[in-house]
Amino acid sequence: MEAAFLGLVFVLAVFLGFELINKVPSTLHTPLMSGSNAISGITLIGALAAAGGGEPQVAKILGTAAVILASINVVGGYLVTDRMLAMFKRKDGDKK
Amino acid sequence: MSASLISFAYIAAAVCFILGLKLLGSPTTARRGNLLSALGMGIAVVVALLDKQILSYEYILAGILIGALLGTLAARLVAMTAMPEMVALFNGFGGLASLLVGWAALATLLASGGAVPPFTRASVFASILIGGLAFTGSLLAYGKLSEILPGRPFVYPGQRVVNGLIVLAVLACAGLFMADAANSNWLYLAVGLALLLGIMFVLPIGGGDMPVVIALLNSFSGVAAAAAGFAIGNILLIVAGSLVGASGIILTTIMCKAMNRSLANVLFSGFGAVRSAANGPAVERGEVKPISAEDAYFILEAASSVVIIPGYGLAVAQAQHAVRELQQILQAHGCEAVFAIHPVAGRMPGHMNVLLAEADVPYDLLLEMEQVNPRMDSFDVAVVIGANDVVNPAAHEIESSPIYGMPIIEADRARTVFVLKRSMASGFAGIDNPLFFKDNTRMLFGDAKKTLGDLIKAFD
Repeated sequence: MEAAFLGLVFVLAVFLGFELINKVPSTLHTPLMSGSNAISGITLIGALAAAGGGEPQVAKILGTAAVILASINVVGGYLVTDRMLAMFKRKDGDKK
Repeated sequence: MSASLISFAYIAAAVCFILGLKLLGSPTTARRGNLLSALGMGIAVVVALLDKQILSYEYILAGILIGALLGTLAARLVAMTAMPEMVALFNGFGGLASLLVGWAALATLLASGGAVPPFTRASVFASILIGGLAFTGSLLAYGKLSEILPGRPFVYPGQRVVNGLIVLAVLACAGLFMADAANSNWLYLAVGLALLLGIMFVLPIGGGDMPVVIALLNSFSGVAAAAAGFAIGNILLIVAGSLVGASGIILTTIMCKAMNRSLANVLFSGFGAVRSAANGPAVERGEVKPISAEDAYFILEAASSVVIIPGYGLAVAQAQHAVRELQQILQAHGCEAVFAIHPVAGRMPGHMNVLLAEADVPYDLLLEMEQVNPRMDSFDVAVVIGANDVVNPAAHEIESSPIYGMPIIEADRARTVFVLKRSMASGFAGIDNPLFFKDNTRMLFGDAKKTLGDLIKAFD
C-alpha cells in the first residue's frame, strides 16, 4: 500500500512536470535547466535526516557529506539561475 | 513539530516548486519563479531541521555552511561563458548527494536491526545507480565543456561490447543486492559500477551532441533524488525529483528533435567520430569566395535587413560583445538586425541565448528557427558566426549526408551570406558544408572577434 501510494505520487508528478515544462521557450532553456537542477538538490532534506539521526556513525558521515554536496547544488544552482535571469532584458531595457 | 504539520509544510514547498517552474516558462516572470522555487527549498529545509528525529546539529550546520559557502563562491565568481560546465558540475554534486542519501538510508535500516523490505532495497539501488551515473557523467561533461579534457567523442573498438558487459554486471549486481542487501560487498560493487557507467556513458558523446547529454544528466539527478525519496519514504523528494526528471526528459527530446535524431542514435553512435569516415559522396565543390572586411562593410552598409546566426564559435571567440556592438550599429543605420538561434547551437540547451543576454542583447531580438526560416528570402544579408552544422544545406539537399533531415536555419536563402570562420576546416561533425561554396556566400576568414572589430571600425 505504502509503495503503491508513493508510486502514484511519482507518476502524477512526472505528468505534471511534462505539462509544466512543455511550453518553455528556447530562450529560457539554460535557466530552466539550472533552476530545475537546483530543485533536484531537494535530496538535501534526506541528507539532513541522515546526518542528524542518532545511529549509526556511518550514516552520519555519509549524510554529512551529502549535506555539503546538496547544499552546493541548491545554493549554487539558485544563485547562478538568478544571475542568468537578471541579464535577460527586453528591447525597452527594463530588467525582467 | 508534529508529523502532520511537517507534511503540510512539505506540500507548501511542493506548491512553490510547481509554481516556480511554471513561472520559469516566460522571460518576464522567470526571475520571480526562481525566487519562489528557492523559497520552497527554504521552507523545506527549515521544516526538516525542526523534525524531532534530528538529534544533533553540529554535523548538519557545518555541512550546510560549507556547502552554501562553496556554492555561493562558485555561482558568484564563475564567468558567464563558463555557465555550461558550472551547471554540469552542480548537477553532478546533486547526483552524488542522492547516492549518499540512499546509502545512508540502507545503513540506518541495517543498523536498527530491522529487515529491509524489497521495495526499499530497489529504491536504494536505484538511487545509488542513477545518482552515481549522474555524478561521474556530469564530471566528465564538466571536463569536456571546460576543455580540461578533449571535447571530441571518444570511441574505441569494442566499446559496445564493453558497455554491454557493464550493463550486464549492473543487472547481476542488482539481483545479488536484492537477494542480500546486508552484504556490503554488493553495495560497494553497485557504487563502483554506477560510477564507471557514468564515465562510459558520456565518453563517446561530445561536441555538438553535448546539449542532449547535459539535458539528460539533468533529468537523471532528478530521478536519483526521487529514488532517494522512495528509499526514505519522503514525498517531497519524490515530487520535486520527478518534476526535475520530467523537465530534463522534455529538454532532451527537444534537443534530439532539433537534430532529427533519436536519443539512442545520440547516445550510442559516437557521432562525430564515425561520421567523418562516412561522408557520403563527394559534394560537388564550387569555389570558395573570400571577401575582405572592407568589402563586407559596403554590403552591410547598404543592407536594410540582416540576420545574424551564431554558433559555438561565437562563444569560443568570446565575440558576444562585439556582435552586439555591430548589431546596434546596424540598427542605428536604420537596418533591421536580428539574431536567429538554432535550438542546438552551442554546447547546452539555450547556450546562445545566455551568451547574448550577457552582452545585453534584448531577448526579443533573438528569433527561433521557425520564426526566421519563412522570411529568410527577405533578408539582405545573413551573417553566420562560428556556426556550421546548424546552417548546413546538406541537411536538405544531400540525401546521403549524415545530417540529412536535420532542421536547419536556411541561411543560404538570404540574398548574401557572410560566413565568419577561422579556416576551411569542417565543423564538429566533420562533414562538408555546401553553404561555403554557394554563389551568394562570401567567406570572412579569421578570428570572429577580430573580424567583427574590423567591421565595426569600418562603420566609424
